[in-house]
Amino acid sequence: MKGNEAIAEAAIRAGAEGYFCYPITPQSEVAEYLTKRMPEVGGVFLQGESEVAVGNMLFGAASTGKRVFTTSSSPGISLMQESISYMAGAHLPAVLVNIMRGGPGLGGILPAQSDYFQAVKGGGHGDYRLLVLAPSTVQEAVDLMMLSFDLADKYRNPVMMIGDGMIGQMMEAVEFPEEKEIKRNNPDESDWAVNGAKDRKPRIIKSLFLDPHQLEDNSWLLDDKYEQMKREEVRYELYKVNAKNKLLIVSYGTMARICQTVIDELESEGISVGLFRPITLYPYPMKELKKEAVKKNIKTVLTVEMSTAQMLEDVERSILGKKQIEFFGRTGGIVPTPDEVKSKVLELIKPKKKAKTSEKKKRGKNVK
Amino acid sequence: MEQYEVTFAGFGGQGIMTAGQLLAYSGIKEGKQVAWMPSYGPEMRGGTAYCTVVISDKRIGSPVVTNPKCICVFNRPSFDKFGPIVKPGGLFIVNSSLINVVSDRKDFTQFLVPGNEMALMAGNAKATNVVILGAFVGASNVVKLETVTETLKEKLGKKKDMLELNLRVLKEGYDLALETLGQKDSV
Amino acid sequence: MSSNSNVIFSRPEAMHDTVTHYCPGCTHGIIHRLVAEALDELGVRDKAVGVAPVGCSVLIYNYINCDFMEAPHGRAPALATGFKRMRPDMTVFTYQGDGDLASIGMGEIVHAANRGEKFTTIFVNNAIYGMTGGQMAPTTMPQQITTTSPKGRDVSQVGYPIRMAEILSALVTPSYIERVAVHTPQHILKAKKAIYKAFKYQVEGRCYSMVEVLSTCPTNWGYTPQEATKWLADNMVPYYELKCFKDPEKTEGF
Repeated sequence: MKGNEAIAEAAIRAGAEGYFCYPITPQSEVAEYLTKRMPEVGGVFLQGESEVAVGNMLFGAASTGKRVFTTSSSPGISLMQESISYMAGAHLPAVLVNIMRGGPGLGGILPAQSDYFQAVKGGGHGDYRLLVLAPSTVQEAVDLMMLSFDLADKYRNPVMMIGDGMIGQMMEAVEFPEEKEIKRNNPDESDWAVNGAKDRKPRIIKSLFLDPHQLEDNSWLLDDKYEQMKREEVRYELYKVNAKNKLLIVSYGTMARICQTVIDELESEGISVGLFRPITLYPYPMKELKKEAVKKNIKTVLTVEMSTAQMLEDVERSILGKKQIEFFGRTGGIVPTPDEVKSKVLELIKPKKKAKTSEKKKRGKNVK
Repeated sequence: MEQYEVTFAGFGGQGIMTAGQLLAYSGIKEGKQVAWMPSYGPEMRGGTAYCTVVISDKRIGSPVVTNPKCICVFNRPSFDKFGPIVKPGGLFIVNSSLINVVSDRKDFTQFLVPGNEMALMAGNAKATNVVILGAFVGASNVVKLETVTETLKEKLGKKKDMLELNLRVLKEGYDLALETLGQKDSV
Repeated sequence: MSSNSNVIFSRPEAMHDTVTHYCPGCTHGIIHRLVAEALDELGVRDKAVGVAPVGCSVLIYNYINCDFMEAPHGRAPALATGFKRMRPDMTVFTYQGDGDLASIGMGEIVHAANRGEKFTTIFVNNAIYGMTGGQMAPTTMPQQITTTSPKGRDVSQVGYPIRMAEILSALVTPSYIERVAVHTPQHILKAKKAIYKAFKYQVEGRCYSMVEVLSTCPTNWGYTPQEATKWLADNMVPYYELKCFKDPEKTEGF
């Protein structure tokens, strides 16, 4: 199954009952799949007039307490930031998927990871966070998509799954769980959804608090959820991490798979390198990364991204100057080849001369 | 089996994506790990379209391959673009119906297949992609001919005429590979 | 209360027993009441969800006694669409001002109406931005003075006031569109009928419905409440024709 279709089907299997969308490459297949599939399960499919409207349709739909989601790509996600901020402020569960393409601006339509900051550090206004998941295979996209709905419900907070264009376009074998595991929400049982003030006080879904003390309380309430996420939701994967590693690569999404190939090749040449792959980008696996990075055998930590060093800031935050940190990245829709990454690793492991160039200078300067 | 990578490249409309998908489905059917990765976007409109299929017994890393073991080119622009990047020791399958040159590289096996002519003789030039797929399967042994046959039956089961024609050209491509390159052991 | 008294006028069940924050002479209170009466009379208060706008009436949920969502500026029709599609059994309405609906939310309202979403919009047009302190609105009258048009609205620079009822009724999709005013008791009675009808069509699952209500803003217009009602009658009514523009009962099928 193609990644985009697998994501769509995963949402159906997770019990999603509403999907709102606006066409944008490279993820329009999700909408093309769901326009047929949603009616089969009695759900709602609606193509809105803009991503601004779609984000807010999602907001209205999420207020029913049912499982709802949207998918888009970078410029479209920018337009949804308004509704994302409002949904976070109003404690609403919703799932958003960003199949990232190169930016800024209209950018291009080829794969990129340059919306890391937007997803992980904010994007919209105010004191809020998204729970951010990053799959590296089509199967993982399915698993994380289903998990996204559970986490959105658990925290009553928007959850975003980010993948690059490759995840959306790639076809791999996938397995879906049995039908019986599907759970549909019963909005009438929730204690917050808007479903008619019958024999109870009216419920108001809102993010306006004119009294600053109330607004501060709401912000701390949100923060409590983010602290709980840090305790309970951190997910990551180690690949060939062991005491022989000289270097530790940190990479996520499809980029991490390219690094896997590099690690396998180096292994066959007798060079041991490990991979730390964050699966949750927020909460970031800071402690876990630090634990692996500070080990004595690790000389250098290399962050590899399809952007001009965005996740690098979280790697630096995790390691706090305790190890040398290097960066390699390509962006704008260019996917680093295994060979490029391999040369960078070799350059770091066997430095030709001890040039003391500052880290910053090297960033993003991957001259062809 | 070791990891095998193959790229199919040609004009949009030559069935490039379908050839790759048929191979991918067949790989999955044999219980292998498979990743099918297309080119997409403006490249699809008139230029060269291509897809890469990675097949392995182990977990697949990069779906992006710099130097695939095999590249099947369906037209001249693809020949020019992809000829130089076939992995040394690899296989270069050239649709000689539309490409009237040969590569002067000596470090790989070059296999000329008159895809369009064979498909046309069988009754439909649109089956060129299946001729080339058959040739690839015969030359590489990455999946079994029977598995691809099964996949085609599933995909074209309802269209009896089309199925019959495609099965025929698949076998012809396959046989041509055996005649030209000799029987290969399973990889 | 003595046992032989008859209640002939009381607070609708769909209104909270509270004092509003609206300025003296503002007609939001009247319009709120008309909405509440319509919900009560149709018996849908406990199935109703309002969508509050950004503007003076953002706090409408403190006054009307039903469930509410509070939308980003201009996006109430998108929220209402998302909600109503998921819960077609409920009665959904947006309550929007002229800045919210006719300026920043122009896209959302036109497309919601064009899709024939089965919800009701109460559009309060008082020709000015009230909450932000009297700036020019898309419905501000030619020559009308506001804080951002201190010499009066210059139509050569910013165009003429937008007539939303006319725009929405020009869409081919069936709908109920009426413009009313609330500056005299007679007009209030007519407005009540229109608002009731708008909700009735929704409850019957018939069409999108929008009632544009010409309203006063004495504070930002710089008039007394009495002067404001006169200004509305003299300036707005001639430009914003009061009538039913579209009614599914009277529209031929396309």
